[in-house]
Amino acid sequence: MPALVRIGRTLRRTLLQAVPTMLGIVILNFFLLQLAPGDAADVMAGEAGSATVETMAALRSRFGLDNPLLTQLGHYLSNLMQLSLGFSPRYGMPVADLIAQRLPGTLTLMVVALMVAILIGVVLGSLMATFAGRLPDRVLSVFSLLFYSIPSFWIGLMLIVFFSVKLGWLPSGGAGTIGSRLTGLPALLDKARYMVLPATSLALFYVAIYARLTRASMLEVKNQDFVRTAYAKGLTPFGVTARHILRNALIPITTMAGMHIGGMLGGAVVVETVYSWPGLGRLAFEAVMGRDFTVLLGILLLSSLLVIVANAAVDLVHAWLDPRIGAR
Amino acid sequence: MAPLLQVENLTIRFPRAEPVRNLSFEAGEGETLAIVGESGSGKSLTALALMRLLPRGAQIASGRIAFDGRDLIKLDARGMRHLRGRDIGMIFQEPMNSLNPVMTIGRQIGEVLRVHERLTGRAARARAIELLELVRIPAAEKRVDDYPHQLSGGMRQRVMIAMAVACKPKLLIADEPTTALDVTIQAQVLDLLDTLRCELRMAVVLITHDLGVVAQWADKVVVMYAGRKVEEALPGDLFDNPLHPYTRGLLAASPRLKNDFHYRDGALSEIPGSIVSAGGETGCPFRPRCAEARASCGHHMPPLTVPAPERLVACPFTVPVEAMPHAAAFSL
Repeated sequence: MPALVRIGRTLRRTLLQAVPTMLGIVILNFFLLQLAPGDAADVMAGEAGSATVETMAALRSRFGLDNPLLTQLGHYLSNLMQLSLGFSPRYGMPVADLIAQRLPGTLTLMVVALMVAILIGVVLGSLMATFAGRLPDRVLSVFSLLFYSIPSFWIGLMLIVFFSVKLGWLPSGGAGTIGSRLTGLPALLDKARYMVLPATSLALFYVAIYARLTRASMLEVKNQDFVRTAYAKGLTPFGVTARHILRNALIPITTMAGMHIGGMLGGAVVVETVYSWPGLGRLAFEAVMGRDFTVLLGILLLSSLLVIVANAAVDLVHAWLDPRIGAR
Repeated sequence: MAPLLQVENLTIRFPRAEPVRNLSFEAGEGETLAIVGESGSGKSLTALALMRLLPRGAQIASGRIAFDGRDLIKLDARGMRHLRGRDIGMIFQEPMNSLNPVMTIGRQIGEVLRVHERLTGRAARARAIELLELVRIPAAEKRVDDYPHQLSGGMRQRVMIAMAVACKPKLLIADEPTTALDVTIQAQVLDLLDTLRCELRMAVVLITHDLGVVAQWADKVVVMYAGRKVEEALPGDLFDNPLHPYTRGLLAASPRLKNDFHYRDGALSEIPGSIVSAGGETGCPFRPRCAEARASCGHHMPPLTVPAPERLVACPFTVPVEAMPHAAAFSL
C-alpha cells in the first residue's frame, strides 16, 4: 500500500513539474532556432534549383514564416494547447504523424541499447570489482577505456566493415528486410538482426561507463560493515556479492542511467545516420538540415517529455531499491 | 574434556606488524570469557581471527584455534562457511552499519536460516518472528518487515543478536556489542546476551574495553595489551587484586560509583603515554608506560606465571594489594 501511495505522489509531482519545464524548453528552443541562418523556404528553393522572389514569398506566407516572430510563437503555442504539434512544410504532413512514424524505431533502439549496456556493464563491473587490481580487472579496464573514448560513429563504421562487409553476417543498414512478408516470430527475428549492429554501437560507450561505475560503487560497498556481517552468517562470496553488495551498488547506477536516456537520444542521431535507421534521431538531423523548425520543436518537446518521464521512472526505481528514500 | 574453544599461541601478522602475538585463552561451554584492552590492543582482530574473517592483508601466522574438536585454522573455506552463523555467531560493534540498509530485518535474519537450515520463505519468516520475540522486540509481527533505518540503535543490536543466535550456535563472539549504545540500553542488551547464553548453553567471548561490563557479566577475564595477554583471572580476583601494572592502571582509571568515588571528587588517575605498536619490540610492551619498569623488562617479554590458582600474569614485579591506591574500592 505505501508503495502505491509513493508511486502516486511521484507521478503527481512529475506532472506538475513537467508543464512549466516543457513550456520553457519550447520557448527557449524556438528563439534559439531562429539564430540559424535561413529558413525552410530558403532550403526548398535551393533544392528546387530555381525560385523567384514571388514563389518564395508565397511559400513563406503559406507556412506562416512571414509573420513576426512573436506571432509565430503564439501560433505554435496555441496549436500546442489544442494538442497539435503543427504541420511540416517540408514533409507535407502533420508533425505528430511524422513523429509517431519514427518514434517506435528510436524507442526500441534506445531501450535495447540501454538494457544491454546496463546488463553487460554491471556484469563486467562486478567482475572487475571481484578481481580488483588483478589481471581480469586490468584487461577489462583497458577495454572500457577504449570504448569510452572511441566515437560511436567510428565504432559503427568498423562494425559494418567487419560484420557486414567482410563476414556478411549482419545487414549494414535499415530496420527490416524490404518487401519481406514475414509475420510473427520470423518477422521479429528479422528485425532483431537489423537491430544488432546499431544497438551495439550505441551501447558500447555506455557499457564502458556502467562497468567503471559498477566497479567503483561495488568496491566502496564492499568495505561496509554489513558485508562483513553477511560473511559472518556463512554466505558464499557469490551470495554476498549478489544479495548484499550489488543491490547497494546499483543505486548510483540507476541515477546515471536515468540521465543517459536524454544523452542517448543525442547519440541516436549519429548511430541512426550511420545505419540509416528510420528513427527520430535521423528525423531531427534532417529537420535541422531542412530548417524544418516545426518538426525540430516537436522532437525537442517530445525528448524533454521523455527525459522527464525517465527521471520519474528513476525516482520510482530508486525508491524500490533503497527503502530509505521513501521515508523522506 | 577439552573446553569448547581453545586458542593456543595465536599470532596475527600484517606485512609490517604483528598486532596479536602468542595469544592463548579458552572458553568452556556456557561460559563467558571477557577480553579487555584499550583500542589497538588487538582484541577485535582476535575476534575476527576466530571467524577467519581477518581484513585483507592480515593473516594468522601461527597458532591453533581448536573449536569443538576441530582446528579452525586448518579448515578450508567451505568448512569455515558451514561454521559461520551456524556454530559460531558473531555480533559487531556498530549496529548502525552492520545491517544491510536495503533489506528488511526479517529477510536478513531469515537468510541465516535459509543458508544453514534450508528453511524456505514462509518458514524462515516465521522463525525470524520467533527470534525477534526471543530478543524482546515488541510487535515482532509488524517489525519483521521493517528496514534497519526504521529501528533505533538498541533495536538494531537486538536484530544482530537474533541473527547471530538464529541457528543456536555453540559459541557467540560479541565484539564490543554495547560500545555504540547509550548506557541504559547497554545493560538491557548485555542482560539479553546473558539470558540467551543460559538458555542456549552458548559460550560467549565478550570483547570490550568497559570494565564495568566485565565485572558484571564475565566468568573469566583476559587482559590484553599490545596484542599480548598480560593477565588472566576470575573477575572477582581481578578487581580485588589486580596484579599486572597495566591492569592496576586500568582499574585506577575507572570511577566506581558504588564506593562513592566519583570524578567530581578528584581527578581519576591515568596511564601515561599511549599504546605503541608491538611490532619488532623485544621486552615487555608496557614498559614505556609502566611505573614499575626495570632494566630487565627491556630484554624479553616476561613469561606468564601462575601466582595463584586460575590466574596468570605476565609481570615478575607484581605488587601486593595494599600498595595500591583505592585498592579496597574494587570489591564487587
